[in-house]
Amino acid sequence: MTKSSFAILCFLLAFLYFSCDINPYKQGEGLYLHYCASCHMEEGQGLKGLFPPIAGSDYLEANIDQLSCIIKNGLVGEIVVNGRTYDQPMLAIKDINDIEIANLINFINYKWRNVETYISPEDVRTQLEECQ
Amino acid sequence: MHKRFLFLLGSLSAALFLLLLSCVKNPDADGQLPILGNRTVENGDTVYHRIKDFSFVNQDSNIITNASFEDKIYITDFFFTSCPTICPKVKQQMLRIHDKFKDNDKVVLLSHSIDVRHDTVAVLKKFATKLEVDTDRWHFVTGDEDHIYDMADEYFIVAQKDPDAPGGFDHSGRIILVDQNRYVRGFANGVDAEDVDRFMGDIQKLLDETAIQ
Repeated sequence: MTKSSFAILCFLLAFLYFSCDINPYKQGEGLYLHYCASCHMEEGQGLKGLFPPIAGSDYLEANIDQLSCIIKNGLVGEIVVNGRTYDQPMLAIKDINDIEIANLINFINYKWRNVETYISPEDVRTQLEECQ
Repeated sequence: MHKRFLFLLGSLSAALFLLLLSCVKNPDADGQLPILGNRTVENGDTVYHRIKDFSFVNQDSNIITNASFEDKIYITDFFFTSCPTICPKVKQQMLRIHDKFKDNDKVVLLSHSIDVRHDTVAVLKKFATKLEVDTDRWHFVTGDEDHIYDMADEYFIVAQKDPDAPGGFDHSGRIILVDQNRYVRGFANGVDAEDVDRFMGDIQKLLDETAIQ
């Protein structure tokens, strides 16, 4: 291998390395973009008084144990998030399975809650059995 | 080995070159915006597609017709308030357009609901309020169902009822630009922020063109 070809190889490897995102929850991110981002927006900021934010949401913090239920069954009725009232219904995601819910929650935790917790599909199942 | 790398480098360069070519600016980009739609020639004159008469009711129960947009340009879309899919994203982009041109009284926004049964005047009023929009300059309208769908065709927008679609309606997220003479002058993909950036440039271009006349 000549010097120049070695340099090109190094460049390509470096390019590949830096083009890879470090987000460990790829499926969760994909699910978020597919199911949630239409209303909660890509950066989790929500939309004015119509859709509540996920990023920095006190409602999420207070109801974190209900998150599996909210994702799976949706939410109807008024809720107060960061002092603001929202009442647009959130649709249930009927087709989502426990593993996907776990990946989605882990992505949300990683992206917006800055907590190092990990939720397993078993945890999701436990939560779903106790939905209010 | 060396030859292989040269080959690889060559292919990469070719791919990059093709990529660059596809990014080259449209040669018409600095000219006037085109008039979109079918055109016919009558007595030697070109006749362009012109938005036909319409009459709807907005969130304040005011009648909105073509006359409401006299000497103005308007930006229009089709949506419904309970839409679980693309509408909120389109609304986010419409908000960007609204905010950018909010000090220009020549620019008005017009959002048609395609769910006329659910989206009454009161529902539209609540929606507009929650979206925090300056309601004088952004009309959320409802009206006769057939008339709404008919107008969607006029703006080259696909909209239809579909029990299998999320929320019960199928429609495109296009945002349309109409000039003061009722000609369609541009459109954007309402879920693509970058495309809307370009579109806002087009709106400015149309404003500049209108000011000269």
